[in-house]
Amino acid sequence: MRALLLTWALVASALILSAAQSRAQQAPPAFDDHAQLQDPRLQTRFERITKELRCLVCQNESIADSNVDLAADLRRQVREMLVAGRSDDAIFKFMTDRYGEFVRFAPPLTAKTALIWGAPFFVLLLGGLIIYRVVRQRSRMPIDE
Amino acid sequence: MWKFLLPFAAFVALVVLFAFGLNPNRDIHELPSPLIGKAAPPFALTDVLDPTRTVSTATLQGQVYVLNVWATWCVACREEQEELLAIARQHVVPIIGLDYRDNQDKAKLWLTQLGNPYAAVPFDGDGRTAIDWGVYGAPETYLVDAHGRIIYKFISPMTQEVWEKEFLPRIAAARSGA
Repeated sequence: MRALLLTWALVASALILSAAQSRAQQAPPAFDDHAQLQDPRLQTRFERITKELRCLVCQNESIADSNVDLAADLRRQVREMLVAGRSDDAIFKFMTDRYGEFVRFAPPLTAKTALIWGAPFFVLLLGGLIIYRVVRQRSRMPIDE
Repeated sequence: MWKFLLPFAAFVALVVLFAFGLNPNRDIHELPSPLIGKAAPPFALTDVLDPTRTVSTATLQGQVYVLNVWATWCVACREEQEELLAIARQHVVPIIGLDYRDNQDKAKLWLTQLGNPYAAVPFDGDGRTAIDWGVYGAPETYLVDAHGRIIYKFISPMTQEVWEKEFLPRIAAARSGA
C-alpha cells in the first residue's frame, strides 16, 4: 500500500513539474512593434486573443508572434473588432468561419474533438492501472533477501 | 495468449495510423476550407486595369467562375501564369484574378508583359477580401458555381493536370445541376 501511494505521489509531482515547465516556456514576447490600444483592458484582450490564434503561414506561431503580412492583417482585424465592441467569441467565430478550427490553438470541446481532450486522461488512467497491477504483483512475491 | 495478441494488435494499429499519417502525398500544411459549400464572401473592388470599373460578386453571380488569388510578389504565381494563360484560351469559364496585397502599377506591368488570363482583376490592396475568403497564401484558386457558392478550393500553382482532373469535372457537374 505504501508503494502504491509513493508511486502516485511521484506521478503527481512529475505532472505538476512538467506543467510548470511548459508555462515557463510561454513567456510573453515583447509586444511593442504595434500601436497599443487606448483602453488597457482592450489591449489585454487583444494580446490574449492574438496569442490564441494560429498564423496559418507559419503554422506553429501565433499571430501575436508572427511577422508575416497575413498575421499583421489578422492583428489589424482583431484590433478593429475589439474597438467596435465585439465579444471574444464573435472574434473567434469570425476567424474559424474563414479559416476553420485549425486557426485556434486550443480546439473547442465537441464530439469531434473529445478524443483529443480525453486521450491524456485515458492514458494516465491506463498507466495508473498498469502501475497498480505491477506493484500489487510484486508485493505478493516472497522476500528472499 | 493475451500477452502476444495485445502487443500485436497495438503494432497493427500503429501501422494503420502511420500509413495514413505519414502518407507522402498528403501535404500537412494544406488546410480544408470551411467555406466549401457556402456562399462566396461578397466583395466590390476596382479593377487593376480599369479603375473606373467595379468588379463585384453581385455582377459575377449567375455564372460558374474561377477566382485565382495572385500577386506580383508571389514567385509561384509567375510559374502559374503560363498555365493560366493556356487555361484561359480554352474559354471554359471566366477567370477572375484577385490581386492580393499588391502594388497596382507592378500588377499592371506584370499583366501587360506576361499576358493577361483574367476576365477581371479586382484589386485587394489591404487584403480584407482575402481574409473573408480565408486566403492564407498565394496562389490559391476557388471555383464558384452559378448560385454563388464556393464548390472547390485549390492551394498551390494551377497546372493543366489539376485543371483537367479537379476543375473540369466539377464545372460540368455544376452546370448540369444548375
